[in-house]
Amino acid sequence: MQKLCAIIAVMIGLALLVSCSESSQDASVRKIVYWEKWTGFEGEAMDRVVEAFNKRERTKAEADPSYKPIEVKKVTTSRISEKLLVAIAGGNPPDVAGFYSAILSSYVDKGALEDLTPFLSEADIDQSNYVKPFWDMCQYHGKTWALPTTPATVALHWNKRLFREAGLDPQTAPKTIEEMDAFAEKMTKWEVTLANGQTEIRTGFCEDIEDGKKNLIQVGFLPAEPGWWNHAWGFHFGGTLMEGHDTVTANHPNNIKAYEWVASYSKKLGVRNIQRFRSGFGNFSSPQNPFMSGQVAMEIQGVWMYNFVEKYSPGMQWGAAPFPHPAGTDLANCSLVEADLIIIPKDSKHPKEAFEFIKYVNSQEGMELLCAGQKKFSPLAKVSDQFWAEHPHPYIKLFRSLAMSPNAYSLPKSGVWDEYKREMSVAYDKIQNLSATPKEALDEVQSRMEASVARNLKMLKRRGLNE
Amino acid sequence: MNSMSAHEKKNLIKGLLFCSPWLIGLMVFMVYPMMAALYYSMCDYSVLLPPVFIGFDNYTDLIQDGVFWQSLGNTVYFALFSVIFSLIMSLALALLLNCQVRGLAWYRTCFFLPTLMPVVAGSILWMWMYSGDGGIINTMLGYIGIDNPPAWLADKHFAKPALILMSVWGAGHAMVIFLAGLQDVPKSIQEAAIIDGANAWQRLIHVTIPMISPVIYFNLIMGLIGGLQVFTQAFIMTGAEGAPERSLLFYVLRLFNLGFNDLRMGYACAMAVILFIIILSLTLFMNKLSKKLVTYDR
Repeated sequence: MQKLCAIIAVMIGLALLVSCSESSQDASVRKIVYWEKWTGFEGEAMDRVVEAFNKRERTKAEADPSYKPIEVKKVTTSRISEKLLVAIAGGNPPDVAGFYSAILSSYVDKGALEDLTPFLSEADIDQSNYVKPFWDMCQYHGKTWALPTTPATVALHWNKRLFREAGLDPQTAPKTIEEMDAFAEKMTKWEVTLANGQTEIRTGFCEDIEDGKKNLIQVGFLPAEPGWWNHAWGFHFGGTLMEGHDTVTANHPNNIKAYEWVASYSKKLGVRNIQRFRSGFGNFSSPQNPFMSGQVAMEIQGVWMYNFVEKYSPGMQWGAAPFPHPAGTDLANCSLVEADLIIIPKDSKHPKEAFEFIKYVNSQEGMELLCAGQKKFSPLAKVSDQFWAEHPHPYIKLFRSLAMSPNAYSLPKSGVWDEYKREMSVAYDKIQNLSATPKEALDEVQSRMEASVARNLKMLKRRGLNE
Repeated sequence: MNSMSAHEKKNLIKGLLFCSPWLIGLMVFMVYPMMAALYYSMCDYSVLLPPVFIGFDNYTDLIQDGVFWQSLGNTVYFALFSVIFSLIMSLALALLLNCQVRGLAWYRTCFFLPTLMPVVAGSILWMWMYSGDGGIINTMLGYIGIDNPPAWLADKHFAKPALILMSVWGAGHAMVIFLAGLQDVPKSIQEAAIIDGANAWQRLIHVTIPMISPVIYFNLIMGLIGGLQVFTQAFIMTGAEGAPERSLLFYVLRLFNLGFNDLRMGYACAMAVILFIIILSLTLFMNKLSKKLVTYDR
């Protein structure tokens, strides 16, 4: 028994010692924890920003011994939205965290984020510092809840080799949807089994050949590729998904038009042919990516595609241009505008220090370091000449100009957006598989989402969060 | 009342102390979460904000939610067919492996091996096999003259059967339990039946199966409970919404989406409570039924 007591006493002593030494270390610096989702070269770009910030803090402390420098510790975190949720609920969140624009409103509705508005007015940061959509996506219910980190817009990417092979000018992208459909037909190829058992390659939609006798080997365009914005085709035809925060417009007439266009590809190519063709595609981040491997000639992709082409298919000849718009409309230069954001979770232990770091990331110096490292453009209004001069992405100015286009669109801000997106993906499946007409599928989304929005409003009201 | 002697009391305290790690574990990790889920199922609870009691609203909303019924339907379909096919398959395998043939241990190992494969790895493997373009299954179908095979996991009519087929692949677990049961069937009864002139089929139906009925019952219950909770395969193979067209949106997948994506934890808890009630009543029902069909006495 005495032995046991002695062991326990020693352990308590050790624990005290350790905690003392930790707190003595803490006294000279203000440590904050930063969760970020990026890995690979994107993560390294942020590492450099964190290091630059920490260095600046140390220099400040050297100049003024009374100043306690801030030290940011970056922790790479996968599935960040779920882990943040658990951490915030458990009352032990990181001090600052990387975030997605798409889930901002849902987290705000649940009271999970710190309001940045008071910090901003103190730091003299306002709308004029940013390209407008990036500022707007951080606003919700009249307050600012986040600031942008790296921005993204999307554009048509095309494979110049396949253009050349089809007799098209490899330097000229289609301007209108109709033109793109015609291009797509010229670049669609089948392996056709003839009556004598031999096979032959044919070009075009080949609607006259029965299924089972033909196998898709290349398509000019597929609306389902890469499939990340299946919910957003309506915007390219002048539709919307929501008006304000609580009016659902899933079955907007222009959305129906857009998805009729999506369905037209299923009709022309055959549902089962497309399913089979797509199920043979390789992973996105691999040389077997259907765009890089030449299975899909044109697709909608984001500013990051350049990085992947450089990594997996370095010699590939490709181009980027604004995604085509329906002929006879003024919808040119239509692009989704998205950004990664940086936030302070509710109950962060060091919100002031966290904001100092956010402020640095959003300074011209920090932002250009980050965006150049990730090979994206800056969301800030002011960009240095050096940034442009040294940027390796050949189309980087196009992507930034798309963010400023009057036809640029952002995803709806609503606490139920994640659910909305999933409903749209189910509707997209049905439309693409021709098991429902676009109108039927979108009407169903409309009624389900109207109910969800009403339920969410009721929840907000019950909690007195509805302003 | 106080009939315990001092010694007995001391023993009771010691006994409780010795089993306290388990007791505390049970309370903290089972009883408390279950009770909490029951309470949250009657709340509007987003995890991030304190729960607000709303009575049975979650349950009435669930009944009116078409997707809830769809996910329940998908799950029952999957559980029923996967259990039936797995039981038949594992029983057949066990009967075959109960014969005295050369290399028996080797065969037994072979058929048991798939169950050692982690579900995630197995799912990815089967995704390749089901691939519509160049997958081994469609290539084989091509050899036997099926020109236009489905892209299994992309086609709503074939996605569930594909997953059921995959679950039959993992029948080795039940097979081992059946094998153990079969070894327990007394030789004397079999011999008596042979003397009475029963052929192999009659012995199977009238001797073997009644003798292993408790094992069949056990495998059935465990299979159904597992089948109703199917999650991993669908989550890995189809993504969040049980694509294509929600045909693989199983009950627990839906529950996960609601709880962790939409932060509607109260609603998700209500779903969990309903699943608990379904499984409990199924088990009770089969328990009743088993009184008639299962023989425990030898």
